[in-house]
Amino acid sequence: MKTASSVRRLQTPEQLVSIQFAGAEVKVREGGNLAAELLAAGVSPFRETPVSGAPRNPYCMMGACFDCLVEIDGVARQACMTEVVAGMTISRHSAVRESDNA
Amino acid sequence: MLEADLVVIGAGPAGMSASRTAAEAGLTVVLLDEQLRAGGQIYREVENAAPVRGDILGADFVDGLSLVRALEHPNITHVKGAVVWQIEDRTTVAYSINGVASFVIGKRLLIATGALERPMPVAGWTLPGVMTVGAAQILIKQSGMVLDKAVLAGCGPLLYLTAAQMCRAGARPLALVETQSMADLFFSLRHGLGAIRGWRDLAKGLGLLAELRRAGVKRYTGATAIAIDGETSVEALRFRTNGQEHRLECATVLLHHGVVPNTQAALSIGAAHEWREQQRAFAPITDEWGGTPIDEVFIAGDGAGVGGAVVAALAGEISACQVACGLGAITDEQRDKAAGPLRRRLRRELAIRPFLDRAYPPYAEAVSPADDTIVCRCEEVTAGAIRRFARLGCIGPNQAKAFGRLGMGPCQGRCCGLTVTELLASENARSPDQTGYYRIRPPIKPVTLQEMASVAEEGEQEITRET
Ligand SMILES: Cc1cc2nc3c(=O)[nH]c(=O)nc-3n(C[C@H](O)[C@H](O)[C@H](O)COP(=O)(O)OP(=O)(O)OC[C@H]3O[C@@H](n4cnc5c(N)ncnc54)[C@H](O)[C@@H]3O)c2cc1C
Ligand code: FES
Repeated sequence: MKTASSVRRLQTPEQLVSIQFAGAEVKVREGGNLAAELLAAGVSPFRETPVSGAPRNPYCMMGACFDCLVEIDGVARQACMTEVVAGMTISRHSAVRESDNA
Repeated sequence: MLEADLVVIGAGPAGMSASRTAAEAGLTVVLLDEQLRAGGQIYREVENAAPVRGDILGADFVDGLSLVRALEHPNITHVKGAVVWQIEDRTTVAYSINGVASFVIGKRLLIATGALERPMPVAGWTLPGVMTVGAAQILIKQSGMVLDKAVLAGCGPLLYLTAAQMCRAGARPLALVETQSMADLFFSLRHGLGAIRGWRDLAKGLGLLAELRRAGVKRYTGATAIAIDGETSVEALRFRTNGQEHRLECATVLLHHGVVPNTQAALSIGAAHEWREQQRAFAPITDEWGGTPIDEVFIAGDGAGVGGAVVAALAGEISACQVACGLGAITDEQRDKAAGPLRRRLRRELAIRPFLDRAYPPYAEAVSPADDTIVCRCEEVTAGAIRRFARLGCIGPNQAKAFGRLGMGPCQGRCCGLTVTELLASENARSPDQTGYYRIRPPIKPVTLQEMASVAEEGEQEITRET
């Protein structure tokens, strides 16, 4: 899951907190942008596509592409629109076609 | 439930300036934005970022502070982190904060949802490690993070600005691979007069180019055949210039070839849109006040046609003047007196646009991608499949949904809509206007049934209380 990250922090945060991503512990900054924090922690991929299982990571960081979808406590959320809360439990977005929603 | 004279969706320059102007005229304003802090795209996170990263992001960014601070007005309620997912009965807006839904009823509605980066489908653009140039900039502004070993590919002012910001942050891009050609620059000079009137922007652009040269960033222009290599993430970017093949190894590819109006909210309420050939995009049809054929609804800023941050702020003020006048807060004379100087500045600011549109046209091979390139990221539909749908009789994007689930994924066509229109139009030899765009139905952002039900309940309670 982990790859050498090309995302680098300009400043080392004073303190990191733990969250769970796909069963592994990840250290991130409390209150930080979840997508950015996961990228900085080297998480890849965020999800696999329902159609071909291709790996995907955040693409737009502004809520448009939905490639950062993750499941937080069972609810699909855009990581790039979510703030980190210590202790969050995140799983990879399950391969259900989102368009069948609602 | 909230109520206000004016509900504004979008706290970018357009929405912020409109809110302030309306509030000063005595109107109550509810300003909604899905971001947790005001600023929009250009001034994203400006209150937090300006003090610590102002030098990296530049003076134009720090300028946004005044607009954000102007929101501190007793008449303005800024609802933060509010994702708008439905507009009903013209001015009733449903939104969710952290999965909890509510709604607000306004006498007037201003849609100021800004722009999206134009989709840039090239081979390999779905690989982890490929992001938009805007995304790289958001990482700097919002999170204080930079992308190392990056190549920027595409064209337009945002490419230069972000590359310069990356250099200042100590993450010099490996290269800029630019798609505009010498011919584009040559023809753009026909709009020279406009460009000269917009000399300030031009000078800034030249300044950025000089800065990139000093930093030693390699630039290629007239690039074609752009493709991204990699198995599970980006390994290299391939392209051709002057008949020569290049392959640059890199960890990140940042794509960008312009911004286009984010029409999702306006389309969802059936506001009429038209194709703007100059900007190669759809934009809503509005009058000189940003008014739409739906009397209570206004649209301002990049969402009404891309003009940049200064234009967006001016347009927001102009719309607010009309809203205030329509609600009787100011007279016709007061409105016109306020709007006159704003319009003159607007014209001046818009002067450079034809030059920019011509100098940095969309990358042709992303407007009409190769057959095996994925166009719809959500459902992984290729350009070849879309061309095949056209040959089978598919004439518009809405039919294409039935052919191949196009635009039916969670992004609702934000990342493929314009490409699908262009592909079908060209394949069927019809205009983009004839071809049309996806019909956008609410919810414009995914919501759970629970959220919808809770709003419906809240609505019913309101009705019972009133009767
Ligand atoms: C990624 C990106 C980066 C850019 N960076 C620059 C830059 O550095 N310099 C520059 O000059 N120009 C930049 N631009 C161009 C930019 O569009 C304009 O300069 C300016 O921000 C437009 O202002 P606006 O008020 O029209 O919209 P925006 O500033 O885009 O504001 C729109 C707001 O609406 C909100 N919104 C949209 N949909 C919803 C919804 N459904 N619910 C709730 N809120 C919603 C968004 O969160 C956003 O805050 C950028 C554009 C993009 C897309
Ligand atoms: S990265 Fe595109 S929606 Fe989050």
